[in-house]
Amino acid sequence: MRILGAIPTLLLVIAVAFLMVRAAPGGPFDSERALPPDVEQNIEKAYHLDEPLPAQFVRYLAGIAVGDFGPSFRYRDYTVSEIIRQAFPLSMRLGAMAMLLALIVGVSAGMAAALHKNSMLDRLISAVAMLGISVPIFVVAPLMVLVFAVSLDWLPASYAGSAGADRLIMPIIALALPQIAYIARLTRASMIEIMASDFVRTARAQGLRTASIIRYHAIKPAMLPLLSYMGPAIAAVLTGSIVVEQVFGIPGVGQFFISGALNRDYTLVLGITVFYAVIVIVLNLVVDLLYGFLDPRIRSR
Amino acid sequence: MSLAPTLLPVRQQVRGSRLVWICASLLAFIAIASVAGPFLVDNDYRSTDFDNIFLPPTITGQHFFGTDDLGRDLFVRTLLGVRITLFVAVIASFVSLFIGVIYGAIAGYLGGKVDALMMRLVDAMYALPFIFFVILLMVVFERSLLLIFIAIGAINWLDMARIVRGQTLSLKQRSFVDAAKLIGVSSFGIVWRHITPNLLGLVIVYMTLTIPQAILVESFLSFLGLGVQEPQTSLGALVYGGTNHVQSATWLIVIPATVLAVILVCFNFLGDGLRELADPKSKT
Amino acid sequence: MKKLRRRCACLLVVGALALAACGGSGPSPEQESVLNRGNGVEPESLDVHRAASTEAHDVQRDIGEGLTGLTPQGELRAAAAERWEVSADGRQYTFWLRPDARWSNGELVTAEDFVFSYRRLVDPATAALYVKSVSDIENAAEIIAGDRPPSELGVIATDTHTLEIRLRHAVPYFLNLLTHPSMFPVHRGSLEEHADAHTRPGNLVGNGAYKLVDWQVGSVIELMRNEHYWDNANTAIDRVRHYVTSEPMSELSRYRAGELQVTRTIPPEAFAQMQAQRPAEVRVSAALSVYYYGLNMTVPVLSENPKLRQALSMAIDREVIAHDIVGRGEKPAYGWVPDGIAGYQGRRFPYASMPAEERLATAKQLYREAGFGANKPLRLELRYNTSDTHKRIALAAQSMWHELPGLEIALINEEFQVLVDNIRQREITQIFRLLWIGDYDDPHTFLSTLESDNPSNFTAYQSKIFDSLMQRAAESTDPVRRNVFLGEAESEMLADHPLIPLYFMVNKSMVSPQVEGWGDNVLNYHYSQHLSLSN
Repeated sequence: MRILGAIPTLLLVIAVAFLMVRAAPGGPFDSERALPPDVEQNIEKAYHLDEPLPAQFVRYLAGIAVGDFGPSFRYRDYTVSEIIRQAFPLSMRLGAMAMLLALIVGVSAGMAAALHKNSMLDRLISAVAMLGISVPIFVVAPLMVLVFAVSLDWLPASYAGSAGADRLIMPIIALALPQIAYIARLTRASMIEIMASDFVRTARAQGLRTASIIRYHAIKPAMLPLLSYMGPAIAAVLTGSIVVEQVFGIPGVGQFFISGALNRDYTLVLGITVFYAVIVIVLNLVVDLLYGFLDPRIRSR
Repeated sequence: MSLAPTLLPVRQQVRGSRLVWICASLLAFIAIASVAGPFLVDNDYRSTDFDNIFLPPTITGQHFFGTDDLGRDLFVRTLLGVRITLFVAVIASFVSLFIGVIYGAIAGYLGGKVDALMMRLVDAMYALPFIFFVILLMVVFERSLLLIFIAIGAINWLDMARIVRGQTLSLKQRSFVDAAKLIGVSSFGIVWRHITPNLLGLVIVYMTLTIPQAILVESFLSFLGLGVQEPQTSLGALVYGGTNHVQSATWLIVIPATVLAVILVCFNFLGDGLRELADPKSKT
Repeated sequence: MKKLRRRCACLLVVGALALAACGGSGPSPEQESVLNRGNGVEPESLDVHRAASTEAHDVQRDIGEGLTGLTPQGELRAAAAERWEVSADGRQYTFWLRPDARWSNGELVTAEDFVFSYRRLVDPATAALYVKSVSDIENAAEIIAGDRPPSELGVIATDTHTLEIRLRHAVPYFLNLLTHPSMFPVHRGSLEEHADAHTRPGNLVGNGAYKLVDWQVGSVIELMRNEHYWDNANTAIDRVRHYVTSEPMSELSRYRAGELQVTRTIPPEAFAQMQAQRPAEVRVSAALSVYYYGLNMTVPVLSENPKLRQALSMAIDREVIAHDIVGRGEKPAYGWVPDGIAGYQGRRFPYASMPAEERLATAKQLYREAGFGANKPLRLELRYNTSDTHKRIALAAQSMWHELPGLEIALINEEFQVLVDNIRQREITQIFRLLWIGDYDDPHTFLSTLESDNPSNFTAYQSKIFDSLMQRAAESTDPVRRNVFLGEAESEMLADHPLIPLYFMVNKSMVSPQVEGWGDNVLNYHYSQHLSLSN
């Protein structure tokens, strides 16, 4: 049902994105060197840009229906599908690892802070989290390169085409930092609330140890706000990865989107937008299912 | 639902309110300084001076915060950046507030199928890769502050709509709404005159939380070179410009980045604290 | 490596990172020599007939070669052709190919291959972006326009290794045009078998010193020595990696971290620091390009006021822009054609050597004479595209122009594609920033852009005198006389001020001390086959 419901959303995304890219002034083949008119005509013909816009839109939809995003205008030797197939696994790996790192570190820090409320540790964690939220990635990432790659020579400065783990360490950390901060704050707040709630107090009165209270009673409900945060988090990681990919030279989806938008690579921009909409819809579905798993009230509904 | 959860447990309300005061005063001070500051020095934000590029900050000299790569006074430019950043963030938040409150209040008040449909639409919108659309928007049209407001505002209104809807659902059970209905006030009239004013407190609190997000989006746009038009500037643009000189002229990044961080931290504390005071039970 | 592993392990305290599998890439064999080059943005294509960017051409020069080539110093050399003859009227060329020239799959490179390639270049179905090099060959223009079939192109293979090319008119720099990648041959068999995928690793068959082994879009193009290349014995480097480095600051960090041995550029922000710390690695040489502000000559206030145009030009302090804003050895430009073209002395504005104060005073006077002043203000817009350097130059120009009383210059920052579109529309644009990069070592590549009917004439400059001088230059077979006409044309155009040249650009790269054989040349061509690595 919900998957079917996503189709109108997708159509909306495609239509809006199509109109926006085509409304943008300038074409994919404009440059400092003007093309002779004959050459320009030949190219427009080759890419069907000489057809009326509605015809182009129909052509595009027909392509998508069979999974064909068309040829890239900027990367002329590749189709959009090929580029996404190459870029997405990398972006996903980067984003997923950053989220995982953020969850592990953020939840641990948030729990530690909540369980030692108002201690020095708590204040330290809160302060660091505040900083993590307040310094943009585009400041942190180049600084990391200068310190760890140029000065200390511990890690490589860039992705540089090989997928060795050491090349992804800095990008993952840079991408995870603000998420760690958000998640730590969320976890801390929700954990404090749970620990003060009636059922935890009851459990405590029954003589259960703190460790088992946390394990059997507190963790699940404390994670609920985290789950609601996952939607915005995906968007934040997407934004962040555009910066991180640029700084570390990672050929991920964000990089291709930016260069596509700037170069008027109509098909590439559209393809990535549509592709991402699909991914986000699927992820939201997964989050909903998880929500039902963690919160029995929703499952019964 | 919100991105910035509370830091303050209930029992700390008193301390919390002190923090709110400190943050609010600090923000007020920064805002006033950014408006009044330029009158206290006789440098302007766009005059270049090629004999005095990269002057480090001095207390006694003509340039408190030093000068940039074109010899422009960083003090005046930082103040300008604060002005524009705050302006963009506040107006953008108003845009999201405006859309969100109207949408949420209507959905919540009408309820039933309309509500379900409107909220389904919001769910669907969450699936849009908004940042892509913001970039496209900036690419399509000429850069202008107005466009930045709309673009950033368009990102944040979904949260606002959800919160307002929830609140409206509970408000409309209240007796004064029934009373208004009885005397024949139209649906729109009820939403406009009776529901929205009651949402005000909540909405202001959430606005303090959307402002820091708007600031971050603006600085991201500056990073992509899609922000405000030179010689105007914003804190994000100053910070990004500073990253190029991080080894040779550290003050160009340290000063604006510090100001940016202070503003963001203050807004976050302020938002947390205010929410705590307004509604001690709400935690998520 | 062990140390690195331990540090890795420290950082990997978090289980998440373990997923990345701390493998790392194995070291390459000891004896193999590998060159890592920063190549700027991703090349748009490796198909020589579809590419138009410098970045693509630089990779293509490693994997293919034309009839002629250039030495590291930029002098013409024989390449796929061993020798050639030119007819007396300069319109007929005969090339003898090397009998030992082979494709990377071992097949012979024949004259028929060149005929096939040149025909493909002009075929409308190919939709080639860059046709300048071929356009002087007989019938090329008509074929591109679709009026004649490609088979009528003036290129004939008289036998396996002899090629004849007929030109429409004499072109003194024709042998230089042949060094351009668009004039490289493409391998017919591979093209027919793989169609659009013929440029992929494994499919691409080239005739250059290297062959393509890997291509990760947006990241790296990896090449390996081509054993079948006729001059393979003199190729020193075994493996070349062209990395995508779209951010100059990041590229520099990678160079400093030892990941690159050659960079595409040096960002202005870091230039002074590099010059101080690593002077021997900073390679700067004059380039064949000029950075300028164009004036839209369809805007009445600009086209009707030659004095205003001259005042705008004279009010700019080019020394400040060249030395303080970009500051990498760029030369202030008082003319259109850069220095460094053999046999041609670029013409310059008469006020080139005027002291700054006097020049500004004259500018103010001309501006007054044009009828403007504090009581008759003028507002003009300067458009430039998003980039830190363009922004800084525009800000400097703006404050210089504000010296003229009543003149208000508004800066409008656009994205490149929007800027170019606006310039071509000629409706809202008034003053715009652009640059012109010469295609070949001849003044014609600069001056022809100002001919009335040239599509790259962005200023819409229309001058009968200029056009007729250019025509007379095209008709003269004597190179000295030709250069005289070209010089007069340049002087004529400069006096009209349809554009304001700001500075002549430089090629600037960081080159590791390991790299040997690096030569400076105006075109900034650095074939990997001429380089070697020391330890």
